[in-house]
Amino acid sequence: MRVLSLIIISFLIITISYGNESKTYKILKNLRCLVCQGQTISDSNSDFALTIKEVVTEKVNEGLSEKEIYYFLSDKYGDWILFNTPLKKNSYLLWFMPYVLFILGGAILYIMIKKRTEKIK
Amino acid sequence: MLSSFGISVSTISLLLSLSLLYLSYYDLKLSNNKISKKIYKFAFSQILFTFLSFITLIIAYVISDFSLINVYENSHTTKPLFYKISGAWGNHEGSLLLWINILVLFSFLFLILNKDKNKNFKLYTIIFQNLLISTFLIFLLTNSNPFSLLYPIPTEGMGLNPILQDPALAIHPPLLYLGFVGSSIYFSIALAALITKVDSKSLALTIKPWVSVSWTFQTLGILVGSIWAYYELGWGGFWFWDPVENSSLMPWFLMTALLHSVLVLERRIGLYSWVIILSILTFTMSVVGTFLVRSGILNSVHTFANDPSRGLFILSFLALMVFSSIFIFFKYAPAENKNYKIFSKESFILINNWFMVFFLAVVLIGTLYPVFLDTLTGQKISVGPPYYNFILAPFLLPLLFLMTSGPKHKWISSNVIGIFNIALFTSIILFFVFFLSIKEGGLLLLLILLFSTYLITQTTFDFYETFKNKNINLSRIISHFGFGLLILSISLNQIFSVEKSFNARLGDEKNFLNYTIKFNNLETFSKNNFKSVKGHFEIIDKKNIISQKLTPEIRVYNQPETITYEASINTKLFSDTYLTMSNISNTDIFNVKFQKKPFMNFIWFSVLLISFGGILQFLRLKKRV
Amino acid sequence: MKKKYLVTIYSIAIFFFVVLYLSLNKNNIYTTQENIGKKISVIQLNYFDKPGEFNIQEISNFNFTLLNFWASWCGPCRKEHKHLVELSRNSNLKIIGVNFKDDKKNAMEFLKEMGNPFFILTKDPEGKKSVNFGIYGIPETILINKDLKILKKYVGPLSDKDVREIQRIIKK
Repeated sequence: MRVLSLIIISFLIITISYGNESKTYKILKNLRCLVCQGQTISDSNSDFALTIKEVVTEKVNEGLSEKEIYYFLSDKYGDWILFNTPLKKNSYLLWFMPYVLFILGGAILYIMIKKRTEKIK
Repeated sequence: MLSSFGISVSTISLLLSLSLLYLSYYDLKLSNNKISKKIYKFAFSQILFTFLSFITLIIAYVISDFSLINVYENSHTTKPLFYKISGAWGNHEGSLLLWINILVLFSFLFLILNKDKNKNFKLYTIIFQNLLISTFLIFLLTNSNPFSLLYPIPTEGMGLNPILQDPALAIHPPLLYLGFVGSSIYFSIALAALITKVDSKSLALTIKPWVSVSWTFQTLGILVGSIWAYYELGWGGFWFWDPVENSSLMPWFLMTALLHSVLVLERRIGLYSWVIILSILTFTMSVVGTFLVRSGILNSVHTFANDPSRGLFILSFLALMVFSSIFIFFKYAPAENKNYKIFSKESFILINNWFMVFFLAVVLIGTLYPVFLDTLTGQKISVGPPYYNFILAPFLLPLLFLMTSGPKHKWISSNVIGIFNIALFTSIILFFVFFLSIKEGGLLLLLILLFSTYLITQTTFDFYETFKNKNINLSRIISHFGFGLLILSISLNQIFSVEKSFNARLGDEKNFLNYTIKFNNLETFSKNNFKSVKGHFEIIDKKNIISQKLTPEIRVYNQPETITYEASINTKLFSDTYLTMSNISNTDIFNVKFQKKPFMNFIWFSVLLISFGGILQFLRLKKRV
Repeated sequence: MKKKYLVTIYSIAIFFFVVLYLSLNKNNIYTTQENIGKKISVIQLNYFDKPGEFNIQEISNFNFTLLNFWASWCGPCRKEHKHLVELSRNSNLKIIGVNFKDDKKNAMEFLKEMGNPFFILTKDPEGKKSVNFGIYGIPETILINKDLKILKKYVGPLSDKDVREIQRIIKK
């Protein structure tokens, strides 16, 4: 499980960290502003968001890793604050169901097409 | 006065809808070949009265008649006329009336535009459509009445949320409703076709124009919504995978699937049941979206006021609709005609459908999972952009590839070779040019760039071919080209975006990368419905020696009291400069956020192209008929 | 065969509708209830009107501690203040105030006018330290026992019901 989550996390880093954003901006984009209906901390100008921005900047300067900062915040505010849903027992279905459905859909499609070709011959 | 008039008019249109149900049902049993004249007359009065009720509401808004709770809660005398009018559909009750108007409009258009169709098929469609209309009218009159009275009559209204006072957002709901409420008509057609056993060709021909129309409007509606979010919400993003945005995207995926599979149904016999399922699902998803947005079970950037009783009504309606359509489907679904070969064009279209349904599933899972988890276990988690990007981005590769090669296949059967041609070669060269100039960004992103350039070059070649061969489907080429351009622009936007936020006092100067930002002046002024603090900034790009002046604002609106942060955007062909500021409480320090957003115009333009494909498709249909 | 499909699809749909129905009646306001049962972090808070810092671990000397985050600019804080004053009469409970992002002068006036229920008063002018307690808006109140474990967390002003609950817990 750990290997899998490592792969997923590294994949996440590749897919999300496009461009010149520094680490801080990236972290702020992945945090939910709890008081503003679904905006990210990065996008929000609320008081709460400004505080979290400063705290994250401080922690980054202290040399904490991205993961440690996410851990710190989710410890205080719950997983609700993390927009990049961590892979845990309660989110296995969320992360794997799409792949299962994709394969299932593909299988149904394949069988259907195959069945139809055979009938012609 | 207007209140009782509005209520009477809506009640009459409910009665007319019920009479249409009765008349159509009665007419089914008559043996004549034509639909009775009476039905046309009733349908005409129905659309007249429904429009009249909507116009009544708009008039109430225009003259600021605060004896209507709805007007009192959402309008204000100082509001500009344009926003008084658009305020009529900027709230739950008014937009529900707009919903009903569109249901009636499509029902009426269907009746008069399909003169020579099978009589019972038409009658059943009218019956199903009027079942929808009357349910929603009952909902309107009993639970969400925009004409409800308020006593004593207040002298002033509470005002419309200032972020909704915007031209883009004024036209956003009508466009989007024409899209997904429009899908109701092929929901009704599909059920009617099942019952009356209409053959696949006439089902395809009946459905197709409605699919292209609603798909085009849905695309445009989504476009306008994201343009609004881009400049009004002040965070420089245009898509956030927010539940409300997802609600408009879910029907879009299904409409896209339908748009493709109808092609098969029309040319050859096959996919009959599948097209019916898709038609039913599209409208179902539209209602699911409406439920999610209006019941208040989701936490979102764009919310309607919450009220559980609304949610309950829509949910019961949805349940009734789903259960009865499943029942009808199982009772009447015909045995499928089977005549296929692998690698035929049908397979490619089915693969398109596979992807679209998959995308729908991902968005649906991402939207509903937190709700389900919270309800079943009490644990709260958030699902945001990282989830959708991570799951969906890899699937763009095969999708882009199939969009390029799929349409090159002939009907019935063909082989795989011939895909690797000059277009691929060109795009690989272009890709290396990109690769050398970018140097960063993940592998996946680079591959997406490659595949989207491939699609763009291939469709460009196809476009040249249409001059030689008039039979090639231009709408497909334009939409696919637009999609390639969209993905390319979004990727480039991601790669080249620059973002910098910092704290500054008046007079400060900030240097970073090749930019210098000077905070030159601060101005305060008031207008009739807001006070504003406006910062004057000068941004100097040292590499290109350009200086731009930008003026972000912080506005405090008085009716209702709201603070908004107005972004100042300088739009150039290739790149936008985006500046916002906010004040840090109890200080004279401002938090300034500078963003460089490349290729924004290309993103908007490519979505326009995609929808333009839909328009062309519709026009082509007209010509042929 | 057909019937089997029908039953499966119907059951899935029923499941969906039941969950959606239940979700309708759920409270949507987010409270950081997950912190209940956790130990509080080791944090130094600055005293409100004297130099030096208060180590939050020192509250293990008290049987029960109520940590209250407030500010003079916050309307609901004004509303709940009488409850804090009422609770401060309880010998089993010490109330520690954290003055949140506030102006010192205004805060002092507030206490003069409304009474001072705080055994120890500290401040967090930038609001950064409060993040360690999972604070996202004020007023918020945390009930902690001798072992530094969080027993209760109240988001928003304390109500009569909350006060009764606190009194019940600290009696034990």
